Amino acid sequence: MRILLNGVWRETEAAELSAALRQFGYGDAVVATALNGEFVATATRARTPLADGDRVEVLAPMQGG
Amino acid sequence: MMLQLYSSTVNSRLLLGTARYPSPAVLTEAVRASGAEVVTVALRRESAGERAGQGFWSIIRELGVRVLPNTAGCHSVKEAVTTAHMAREVFGTSWIKLEVIGEDDTLQPDVFGLTEAARILCAEGFEVFPYTTEDLVVAERLLAAGCRVLMPWGAPIGSGRGLNNLFGLSALRAHFADVPLIIDAGLGVPSHAARALELGFDAVLVNTAVAQARDPAQMAAAFAQAVEAGWSARRAGPIEPRDFAAPSTPAIGTAFRG
Repeated sequence: MRILLNGVWRETEAAELSAALRQFGYGDAVVATALNGEFVATATRARTPLADGDRVEVLAPMQGG
Repeated sequence: MMLQLYSSTVNSRLLLGTARYPSPAVLTEAVRASGAEVVTVALRRESAGERAGQGFWSIIRELGVRVLPNTAGCHSVKEAVTTAHMAREVFGTSWIKLEVIGEDDTLQPDVFGLTEAARILCAEGFEVFPYTTEDLVVAERLLAAGCRVLMPWGAPIGSGRGLNNLFGLSALRAHFADVPLIIDAGLGVPSHAARALELGFDAVLVNTAVAQARDPAQMAAAFAQAVEAGWSARRAGPIEPRDFAAPSTPAIGTAFRG
């Protein structure tokens, strides 16, 4: 299936969000996630299923004003 | 006297943004030179390859300052609320500098979306620092939503124009005498910051004026001095301006008269 990860379409067979994060190299990174515009807490990523066409945001600390 | 921001107190009345510095090393120098105890930070999409966010976050943690995450770039209530949830988890704080942008040329707050997002986030236990205008009615709505600090703009973000609407800002200060008010955005030089404190504002948040200066660390120190001077002057009780001269040397006993 395809998911839109940070604005880029990616192929994945990950059944849930935490598996997708590992697949795309975020395994140990300090990031916050959202699925289809809704926040997904770290603790619930493993039980958050993914579906074809899902929009996933992976955000990290950045400079800000 | 310390500044009370929700349940926390800080000594420094200068808050510093962390964006637009020429390098991470210069950012570190500027934060140290500013004496700021609070710095603003943001969330952006992380590239798994570059991991820029991870490096930035370790720099901030080493500085040992408190972070105030923002929702910069959000144009809707939904985006701002989701970003606040994400920021609370990543940064481990309930503080959120709430920005809902309504107009791209001026980065003027969408005050309707702002008050709605503030209501949602305050009800969820966030300590909301709303980036707003000097509008009294909007300020009233934000306080009714649960905000206990307001961040009125001085001028459009990054414009360096100083306090654009002195009358409006003074009215806001007078109307909400007990609410911590932090001038956020638009300051260009330290005298703008001194002016804000002289007018009775509790603190200022500066970013571009420091980050884009030729020597950011020196400018950060200059802003710190100006904030200190403005705050001292406010406590000392400035005189009222007059339309005509008033001799400072006593007139009584003047020679050659009469």
